[in-house]
Amino acid sequence: MERFVAKGVCKRFGAVQALVDVDFELDAGEVVALVGDNGAGKSTLIKAISGVQPGDAGQFWFEGEPVEIRTPVDAYRLGIATVYQDLALCDNLDVVANLFLGAELLVHGPGHAVRVLDEIAMEQRTLELLATLSVTTLRSVRSEVGALSGGQRQAVAIARSLLGAPKLVILDEPTAALGITQTHQVLALIERLREQGLAVVVISHNLANVFHVADRIVVLRLGRRAATFDRRTTTQDQVVAAITGASLPRPELLLGPDGASVPS
Amino acid sequence: MSLLEQPPVAVEPPEEVPESARRRLLRSLAEGELSALRVVLMLALIWLIFQAQEDRFLSSTNLTNLLLQITSIGCISVGVVLVLLLGEIDLSVGAVSGFTSGIMAVLMVRHGWPAAAAIGAALVVGAAIGTFNGLMVTQFGIPSFVVTLAGSLAWQGGLLYVLGTTGTVNLAPGLVTDLTGTFYGAAVGWALAAAILAIDVGLLLARHRRRVAAGLPAQGVARMVIEPLALAAALIASVLVFSDDRGIPLAVLILVGFVVFFSWLTQDTEFGRHVYATGGNVEAARRAGIGVDRVRVAVFALASTMAAVGGVMAASRLMAVNQSSGGSDTLLLSIAGPVIAGVSLFGGRGRVSAALLGALVIGSISNGMDLLALASSAKYVITGAVLCVAVTIDALARRQRQLAGRH
Repeated sequence: MERFVAKGVCKRFGAVQALVDVDFELDAGEVVALVGDNGAGKSTLIKAISGVQPGDAGQFWFEGEPVEIRTPVDAYRLGIATVYQDLALCDNLDVVANLFLGAELLVHGPGHAVRVLDEIAMEQRTLELLATLSVTTLRSVRSEVGALSGGQRQAVAIARSLLGAPKLVILDEPTAALGITQTHQVLALIERLREQGLAVVVISHNLANVFHVADRIVVLRLGRRAATFDRRTTTQDQVVAAITGASLPRPELLLGPDGASVPS
Repeated sequence: MSLLEQPPVAVEPPEEVPESARRRLLRSLAEGELSALRVVLMLALIWLIFQAQEDRFLSSTNLTNLLLQITSIGCISVGVVLVLLLGEIDLSVGAVSGFTSGIMAVLMVRHGWPAAAAIGAALVVGAAIGTFNGLMVTQFGIPSFVVTLAGSLAWQGGLLYVLGTTGTVNLAPGLVTDLTGTFYGAAVGWALAAAILAIDVGLLLARHRRRVAAGLPAQGVARMVIEPLALAAALIASVLVFSDDRGIPLAVLILVGFVVFFSWLTQDTEFGRHVYATGGNVEAARRAGIGVDRVRVAVFALASTMAAVGGVMAASRLMAVNQSSGGSDTLLLSIAGPVIAGVSLFGGRGRVSAALLGALVIGSISNGMDLLALASSAKYVITGAVLCVAVTIDALARRQRQLAGRH
């Protein structure tokens, strides 16, 4: 049983058909890269799955159960967490405050009624969480997030998405604008999410990174699912061809939407 | 397929370069992490300059006067800090302080209300005005600058209206005038100082024990040793100076009480965290599920309530409310103080203690120039120049952060 299945997702913006009958499926412990040219529909599909901008049509199954995802809260309750490209961090707050933003832990006892923060519990939990992700480059969890490097900020944003113990994590361009070392750190982080049994969707333009981290590669083109590749049996050239529509990939490598080979 | 085969990245952001200790100190002085120390140094410099010109400046009588002079502005500034933390501004605090104190005075003197009820009415009107400001900003998207500028004019009119034709309402000695006219003896002062220090050290040790028990790194020397010592020094100096003159002023205790309460509210509670988050990145706060509109309305309400408190303190000291109450430079000084003491106009950075420190700096400049009998023209120019320098430092610190890839 797959952790997440979407079937027949459609979305139209005025005259533009952004998504046409797109299927998408994802298993636990699997990293799926979503690639495609600008305007191919990657973000639209992600927004439909995360409830930010529901599709016009389409059905979802989560762990085998049919589910409705109409709002971000629906997605959050199911255990779907999204890390957007702009990260949405408060640069003036420290790592601990950012991790718990909007979900602060409060002290027990009399302070609870006036909503006093439990800084110690939050700091402890932050250290634990960062340790499970093997984030070791932070000098202090009390550093202002604005003072961190791009890779560290990405790590903070990913760690924050894990606080609600999600089962599916969507990462929008997690390595864009990062240097080589920091990219490497973030990719290692994604592998750790997989090891922990999470289902991970990564949107990326960088095929080298995609091939480094993804198990499967789903190509969107002009709002349709153009191809699906198994990373181990594919070359970057084939993926590029599918993205640009230059040529169809060799049929024996092409998997159908359900993962089975398409008869040629 | 390895990472090394990825296409070359155009610009590699530099990995963290270790800063030298001297650079780090300069940066933290400039960027507000040590801004309290920066302001204390600024204050010491100002005091030395005025003391060199006029040796009555640091006398216990003048220092007590100075503290009494800043209680009203300081209370207003506490509310201004909250609004600045949101990245908003409230230009109506001066007029609101005048209008609400006018309501208090008229209710007491002309309608025979008990003083406590009249003060309560002033605070309620202040809270209502602030709620209105907040709703205009959040519901109609009007910039706070415009809403409160309009309010500033309207409430000045409100003050003239409630005062009526006489233009001045004098306050008979009573609860209101006692707020700034009450002084406690040295014994009370020492007992208070000891209690404050004991509570501070007690909380510090309790937190230290809980951190150690939770396996977290202990707090630094600055937090554990230097801060309590600085507090003890400030308390001892204050009691010595005050008891050499009239005694410990109740007004100063009120101001310090508000500063301590709002420091706690902003640093230790969920509400305070949400204020900083909203001021730092409103979109991030909203996506994190924080009710940013509720936070904003609450902050505007608190700011106008503190403006009303400042108005009551000003009326108490003047023993009257007149047509210029809350006018003149009240607004400018109550905003200038926090900005000089390191609260960013761009939101999200600064502490409530800046209200006290800033009022001390502004008050010292004003008091010193009065002692030197400078012309009004020179006073305005100098105060304006100090504000301009402070705002420039804020803008430069912000640009420095942006150059360093921070926002």
